[in-house]
Formats: sequence, structure tokens, C-alpha cells
Amino acid sequence: MTGILLPVGEKRRSTELALIGFSAVLILVAFTSASAAYSNKFPSGLVEDAIGFIALSLVAHLAVRRFAPYADPVLLPAAIALNGLGLVLIHRLDLSAQKTAHAHSQSAGTAAAPLQLVWTVIGIALFIAVLAVIRDHRRLQSLTYTAMVVGLGLLVLPALLPASHSTVNGARIWIKFGGFSFQPGEIAKIALEVFFAGYLVSKRDVLALAGRRMLGVTLPRARDLGPVLVAWGASLLILTRESDLGSSLLFFGIFIVMLYVATQRRSWLLIGLVLFVLGSLGAAHFVPHVHERVQIWLHPLSPRYITNQSYQLAQGLFGQATGGIFGTGLGQGRPDLVPFANTDFIGSTIAEELGLAGLMAVLVIYLLLVMRGLRAAIGTRDDFGKLLGAGLSFGLALQIFVQIGGVTRLIPLTGLTLPFLSYGGSSLVSNWILLALLMRISDASRQPLPDRPVAPDEHATMVIQR
Amino acid sequence: MNRPIRHVAIAALLMFAALLINSNVVQVGQASSLRANPHNVRVLYGEYSRQRGPIVVAGRDVARSVKTHDQLKYLRTYPQGELYAPITGFYSLVYGSTGIEQAENQILSGSSDQLFFHRLAEELSGRTPQGGSVDLTINPAAQQAAYNALSNAPSYKGVRAGAVVALNPQTGAILALASYPSYNPSKLSSHNTKADVAAWKVLNNTRGGPLLNRAINQAYPPGSTFKVITAATALSSGRFTPNSTIPAPNQLTFKDTTHTLRNFQGETCPGSGSITLSDALKVSCNTAFGGLGDTLGARAISRQARAFGFGGSLSVPLPVSASQYVESSDAPLLADSAIGQYSDAVTPLQMAMVAAGIANNGVVMRPYLIADTKAPNNSVLSRSHPRQLSRAVTPRVATEMTSMMERVVNSPGGTGGAAAIPGITVAGKTGTAENVPGAPTHAWFIAFAPASAPKIAVAVLVEHGGVGGVAAAPIAKNVMCAVLSC
Repeated sequence: MTGILLPVGEKRRSTELALIGFSAVLILVAFTSASAAYSNKFPSGLVEDAIGFIALSLVAHLAVRRFAPYADPVLLPAAIALNGLGLVLIHRLDLSAQKTAHAHSQSAGTAAAPLQLVWTVIGIALFIAVLAVIRDHRRLQSLTYTAMVVGLGLLVLPALLPASHSTVNGARIWIKFGGFSFQPGEIAKIALEVFFAGYLVSKRDVLALAGRRMLGVTLPRARDLGPVLVAWGASLLILTRESDLGSSLLFFGIFIVMLYVATQRRSWLLIGLVLFVLGSLGAAHFVPHVHERVQIWLHPLSPRYITNQSYQLAQGLFGQATGGIFGTGLGQGRPDLVPFANTDFIGSTIAEELGLAGLMAVLVIYLLLVMRGLRAAIGTRDDFGKLLGAGLSFGLALQIFVQIGGVTRLIPLTGLTLPFLSYGGSSLVSNWILLALLMRISDASRQPLPDRPVAPDEHATMVIQR
Repeated sequence: MNRPIRHVAIAALLMFAALLINSNVVQVGQASSLRANPHNVRVLYGEYSRQRGPIVVAGRDVARSVKTHDQLKYLRTYPQGELYAPITGFYSLVYGSTGIEQAENQILSGSSDQLFFHRLAEELSGRTPQGGSVDLTINPAAQQAAYNALSNAPSYKGVRAGAVVALNPQTGAILALASYPSYNPSKLSSHNTKADVAAWKVLNNTRGGPLLNRAINQAYPPGSTFKVITAATALSSGRFTPNSTIPAPNQLTFKDTTHTLRNFQGETCPGSGSITLSDALKVSCNTAFGGLGDTLGARAISRQARAFGFGGSLSVPLPVSASQYVESSDAPLLADSAIGQYSDAVTPLQMAMVAAGIANNGVVMRPYLIADTKAPNNSVLSRSHPRQLSRAVTPRVATEMTSMMERVVNSPGGTGGAAAIPGITVAGKTGTAENVPGAPTHAWFIAFAPASAPKIAVAVLVEHGGVGGVAAAPIAKNVMCAVLSC
């Protein structure tokens, strides 16, 4: 359908500019209303902030005009809307933190919103840099094994570092040195997606073709199971060593789905599912903190947990229920009662103050990002690009599902961030890089057919496969 | 590779669909139960962030919210806590609310539909919505007199307990509703939950049960005050007048049983074995009324009791426990029930309604505590209008009963002489109710005044206070005097 709306070869940059304008107006109205709820004065610095944010958006837009003129015009405005809304919510939570601190005659902690704004600037700068440097996404294929080393290294590093340099709030997913702290998981995710794409493109034939048919599905040979088992083992390691349920689920899910896309073989999904169920059951049984997570998920309102372990989830649910359909209005609810309202529970903040309507709108923006990303993957002409685009987009979808699903008690709570919305530099910067890659693939998919000849057997191979 | 990518797209779509459906379940489906969860402090913070309206007696707040500096912006305070606790109840973070605080919560918190447009106007003008106020019918002088008198009443085993209810007989407005011992609701309504819990424990371990509202939620044997109902039954039957002579033996004996009914402390009633109905009431002759009960029958007495309000549930708007008269076909038990013993159990409010019904020409008005409710801008939201509850007796019987009850107070030898007020005719009836074997009797007195044009009807109970005419009658006199300014 998107293909009909977006004919190949049209740039549609003015559409993007108009959508960015729409996002900017939305964000500025939200910012004004959140500030107004806290003081009757016109928010100070509104004009400067507004000009700054619009200028930032325009710079990104101009960079796209220059470096990826055929990219999907919806992707950048969607990211700007989410990033802007995140800034407003983080600012709003800063205000209530200041107010609470004032009421107790304490000094408020560092405001988070200005820091997040700095990270936004860095994120957009990296977005532009990626578009400018990586002019053809296929160049990443030559970095397959470098990406593996970088990705695995970043992922495993916190588990190897002493706890004092890696643990924040019980999760061993940080790298801390001096005043600088960084959560490597998000950047590792992108690196591993690049690695999976490169690796699977080169190994797809053997993973797709060899095997025996059993019970209607073609099962792979035992020796080809190696990579899946390695990915599975790595996930379990992350889970047990780093107490990071979310990342563990995310990496394994992305790997299995990319394996399926590369091979078109459903048995990989089946094997993945079996391994996932085994891993989950085992973890729920033998890993104490996973067991506790499951209990909290099942009984968040039980008196046994509600004052301690499930306090955060229960308070989040109370906030969502209080928000109801239309929400309390920005600045009028009490999302500050939920611990980590500006990171893990920012979804709950949206649900409370912007209501079901607001949360659904945000989910639809995310869905748009995911679907346009997958559209780019379908449209692009090379296998590596298809795999990478599908992996990046599905990774985004899975992360949002696990994140919002945890906060709204669809599934057990995990510790992932909400892309573009949650407070946190590493997450925000990584997502801007991810967006640049998606737009690079999208740009390639919508360019007019090049003069260069398409590899003659590329599509033929797929036909034979079927 | 496009086919599997399309499958991935479908999978992503399903994941988002699951999220959207689940959010609907949480924010709409489960919303009301999550909002009502006691651990959800948002609702409380919301309630405490608005200024709750005051409960007002004669222009003075007996419960009001004052600004604080903690997270809960307003603190509920009760300037005359003990005096009004049985009416206001408390408003506690830990224990919820009781009394008017609970019954009129919607007005006080400002969430009532009656305040909808008011709330809208305040929201639009950017002010924080306030709660409305509740004005009580209480006469502060009568309430104070009742409470003071109860706090000086006789005690038993270190516990001093009792209740007073005063009504305006013509309207049913409650002029005084006192219960002793009482408590200070401020101690349960603080923002320090630990202190609230500690205070709660102390109150529950205090002998005498200060949290019990004796005026409306505790039923006692009425003793001889019930003879008013038996006498009214007799007069209403048409077979008796105040001057009818009825048997008054020294003791009442029954066939087939050794059970006997005797007078208080074995006294003899005046006259030689018979007495007029009016004299029997004046001296509270047990044998006369016991025999009269057997003559009238349980059915007739029960019907008369119900006509005064027995057996009905009332909300004033505090819930009132029902009073009971149990019909018995067994002659000794029926005789006992006719003099307010056996299974008779009444609340002080019910006995005040009996006095008020006779005072008001036989019509019992529905008792009520709330004069009106007002919006924060003082515009009246609702005003109570007097409503008839029942017709207990005909005006003729009411007049006859009134003169009989006047003689209890004014005539030499009447048991209620202690309630007499110089210059004002008081009509009344004493009660001395046996309860637990071995324990002192409960002292009762019901009365109204001035007898010719009654302005106040009152019922007094002193638990284990001894003789009604000694322990209870003076209290009734004090309360009536507070209203009639004598």
C-alpha cells in the first residue's frame, strides 16, 4: 500500500518539511501546556527553546535533502515528534521533582530535560554524520565481522567489568568510568543487526537448503544449529550475568526473525520458539530475579508485593487507570509517584496525562516507523539491505512491544527503554543512528532505477528457492 | 526475501494490536477497580489537594480543612472534637471515614453532581475546586449541655457511659446527639499514618468503647419508659381512659409458672390493689402495666411500637440501628415486655422519637441532622424539609398522654420530679432498666417541654446509672433548659 502512496523516484521532501512543521507545532503546544500547569506565567525561555528545536529539525531535514533525497518522508517527522514529546515529558517530570524537593526544603537533583536536549543535539549530529559518511548501506556488509566484535564486546563488557563499574539499580548493563556512564546495549543491538545481516546473507544458502523433512517441516542439520545455539547461549548469559531480561529477549528475537527472513524457513521460527520457551521456563524456575518478575507480573496488586517489589508496576497501572481515556492533561496528573517515570515508565506517564488516546497515538507513530522501515526493506534491491532493514525495523517493534507490554502488564516487566522517548543519552543517540540507517536503506529503495545492471541471478535464485 | 518480510510486518501489526487492546483493558476495563484500590494514593492526593468543605453548627465549623505544607495539601481538623465526634465521624487516611464525613462525602469533597457546574466554572477559571459545606440542625447549647451532663453522670466500674438525643418535635430536626465516652477525630485524621494507627489502637483498647455511637447505634432495654407505649396502646384501644382503674397487685402471678412480676424494689403501688392508668404511669407501677400488657396483647403493643418507629431503618443520614419489640404469647414474658424488659431493645434516638410523637399531637416526624448543604460560594444546594414519618396516636390520645406525662414530673409522688423546671410545664417518663444480672440498672428519662407547645423532646440514657428519676431526669432538664433558656 505504501508503495502506491510513495512511487519510486519521487523525493517528497516538501511533504517531510510539512510533517516536521506539524510535529513542531504539536510539541510546542504540549510544552506550553505542561509548563502552564506549573506556573501561571508564560514559560520562560519558550521562544529560545522553540527556535532551537525547530532549527535542529530543519538541519536534519536539510541533511536528508542533501544526503538521502529519496528517503521516506514520514520517518524523520515521526522521530522528531517522539523525541520532542519525550523532551516535554521529561521537562514536566523535572518540574514536579523540583516542586516536591521545594516542599521538603531540599535541593532538586539535576534537571534531566536540558541533558536530554544535549543528547538530542548529539543524536541528530550523528544521524547526519551516518547519512553523510555511509552513502551506500552495502558498504556495511564488509564490516560484518568488525560489527560482531564490536557488538559482542559492548554487550559482554558490563558482565566482565567489576560491579562497581557496571551496575546501576541492580542491572549490570552499564559502563561507568569517572563521571561518564554509558549503556552499551542499544549500540550493540545495531552492531549485531549489521553482523546478523552480513553473516546470514553469506550463509543463507546452507541454512536454507540443507536438512531433512520431518512432520511437514524441513529441519536443519545438527551442525547448522551452531549459530542459533550460540545466540541462545549469549542471551541466557546476558540474562543471568547482567540481569537484563529485556535485552536478552530482544537479541534472541531479532536473531531468530532475521534467520527466518534470510532462509524463509519456518523451522527456524519453530526452533527459536522451542528454545525461547525452554529458556523462559528454565529462567523463571531457576533464576531468582526472573522468578520474582513473573510473580510480580501475575500479582502486581497482591499485598505481598505492592509495597515493595511490585510498587513501581502497581503505581504505573494506577496512573494509567487514573488517566482513563483522555488523560488528566499534561502537568495535572501524578506520574512522579511512579519510580523511573522518565525512563522505564515514560509510557505510563503518557497514559496518565495524555490518556488512552495519547498512548494509542504514540503507538501508531511507532507503528508507522516500523511499517515504513519494513517497506524500505521490501523495496530495496539487495539482500543485505533487505535483511538489515527488516532486522532494524523488527528490532524496533519488538523493543516497543516488550517495553510498553511490560509497563501495561501485558507481559512481565523488563528493563528496556522506549525509543526516542525515554530519558537516556545512549538510547537516544543509538536510535538516531538506527533511524539514519533505515533512511539510508529507504533512500536506496526509492531511488530511480540505476543504470548499473542488477545481478542477473539475484531474483532468479529466489524463484528457484520457492 | 519479500514474503518473509511481509510476514514480519504482519507479526509487528499483531504485536501492536495486542498493545492497543491491552491498554484499553487497563485504562478503561480495569480503570475503576484500579482507581478504587486502597494503595492508589492518587485518589487520596486528589481529594486532599482540594479544600474539603466544612461541617457547620450554627455558623461555626465543627470540622474544617486547613492548609498544610506536606504533600497532602489540606489537613482535616475538628475544633470541638469530642463534643461532635458522634456526628462528624472522622476522615482518616488509614481507616476511611465515618459519620457525616462519610454520609456527605460527595458534597464535602466537591465531587457531587449537584456541584457539577460549580466545578466546571472553577476549572475554567483555573482555580482548584473546593468542596461544599454541610450545615447541621444541632443546637450548640443543647449539645454542650448534654455532653457536660453525661461527663458528670454516675459511673460503673470506672466507665462512665451514656447518650442524649434531643429533637424538635414539630420538624424532626436533631438538636442534640451526644454519646459518651467520645474521642477526638483529629487524632485519626492526621497525615501521620503511624500516629493514626497508634491512636486507633488506643481507642479500641479503651474501656467504654469511645468509637461506639450510643445515641443511634446501640440498643438498650428501655425499662419503664416503654410504659408510655403500653399506655398509648391502651388509650388507642378505646377500652381505657386515663381514669380507668386497672389491677395493681403487690406482685403479679401467672398460671403454670412460679415466675412473678414485682414492683421496683418490691414496693407497693398506692391504692388498695387497683390504680388509675394515669396514676400507674405517674408512679411507674410495674404490676399494673404488666397486667395491662397481658390484657392488650402482644400484637397491639407491637403495632403501637411500630407506629412510633420501632423495627424501621432510618438514615439521618447516619445509619440508625433499628429498635425492637419482640411479641410473645407467653403471659409472663408479655408482661415483662410491656414494662420495657424481656427482649425490648431501643436506641436513645428511638425513645426521643416516642416523646416527640406525643409532643407533636401524635405525629412522628422523620429525624434529620442536616439543615442544608451549600456550594463553596454559599449558594444553597439542598435544604431539608420536615417530613412526617408516621402517625403514632390520635391527637386525643396525644393530649391524654401529655397530661399523664405532666403528672409524672409535676404531681407529688411522680417519679420524674427532678426534671421539673420552674415556670415551664415538662412532660416526661422515667425508666430504670434491668440489664446484666448483678449490674446496676440503666437510667432513662424521656421528656418534652413546654408541654402545651413543645419545642424540644429529649431522651437520656445513662448506662448503669441507677434510677432514671435520679440519674437521667436532671440531665434531660439541663438539655431542655439549654434550648428553652431557663
